[in-house]
Amino acid sequence: MSLIVQTATRLSVGFVLLYGINIVIRGHILPGGGFVGGIIIALTFINIMLAYGKKAGLKKLPKIMTLFFSTRGILWLFSLVLLSFVVGYLLLDFISNSDPFSFYNTGMISFGPIEIALKAATGMFAIFSVVLLLGYKDKDEDGEGVL
Amino acid sequence: MIILYFLLIFMIVTAILAIELEDLVSSVVALFATGLALCMTLIVLKAPDVAIMQLIVEPLALLVLIKATLRRDLPFSLSGRWYVNTFIYGTFFITLFIVATKCFKDLPVFGHPLMKTTALLQQSLFKTGEVNLVSAVILKYRIFDSFGEAAILFVAVIAVLTILRPKGKKNE
Repeated sequence: MSLIVQTATRLSVGFVLLYGINIVIRGHILPGGGFVGGIIIALTFINIMLAYGKKAGLKKLPKIMTLFFSTRGILWLFSLVLLSFVVGYLLLDFISNSDPFSFYNTGMISFGPIEIALKAATGMFAIFSVVLLLGYKDKDEDGEGVL
Repeated sequence: MIILYFLLIFMIVTAILAIELEDLVSSVVALFATGLALCMTLIVLKAPDVAIMQLIVEPLALLVLIKATLRRDLPFSLSGRWYVNTFIYGTFFITLFIVATKCFKDLPVFGHPLMKTTALLQQSLFKTGEVNLVSAVILKYRIFDSFGEAAILFVAVIAVLTILRPKGKKNE
């Protein structure tokens, strides 16, 4: 991409990432949540990939990290569900929920959106990078293309 | 209500444009306009969670669509099978019209909700500690549905990575 796009991406991508993290962490109080915040986080990496090429994007978030975070998110959610089977009822939470507007007010479900966000971000980034690589495969052989 | 009708008409117009435009990139942009108008409609209907979801997922799908359609002319045939196509379209629209007429008769009046959520609103804060009722339903009452959704996304990612991999295992 051109220098203007690269400079704008370099200046703005950090704030977009911060906004995504904010939506994830405050998702159980304000409108938003894990999935939406995760997709915002994925869009920052996609933005880097579109502006600087696929090598820079894959350098920021390699394939092994993508698979690791995606698997970790689904395993954490599965453990939550399994715990609810064993304990019987997720509403009986052992972390206190005294203050309604604090971060830990919902107990251990507060960590649910973070894992959902990790899984959604890495999954969407993986799908986009695969589609990008597939698109380059029958058009450009070098792979360093523009949008 | 005037804003709602304006947005609905705008959505219909942009959706027709997205179908009828011959340039693929233009039709993707028209589809994005449809999604944006849908997002504004959801804000008018006071559903900010769904509006945020619509606003965020739309650019991602748009990016994938642009990557899939840019610099690639898909074959589009205009000839042949007029009778079959016309018959299928006519049958579909007649069925849709009949079903939609029956559905619209059963819909409640605008502004009167179908579900009685007063008890849920009153008990949700004391039972779950959640301030946001949507999060309370998603992460507490319906955690199994959330897990199923996450599992579906995970399986979809694995399937896409498997099908669209550049090299097969035998060719390596």
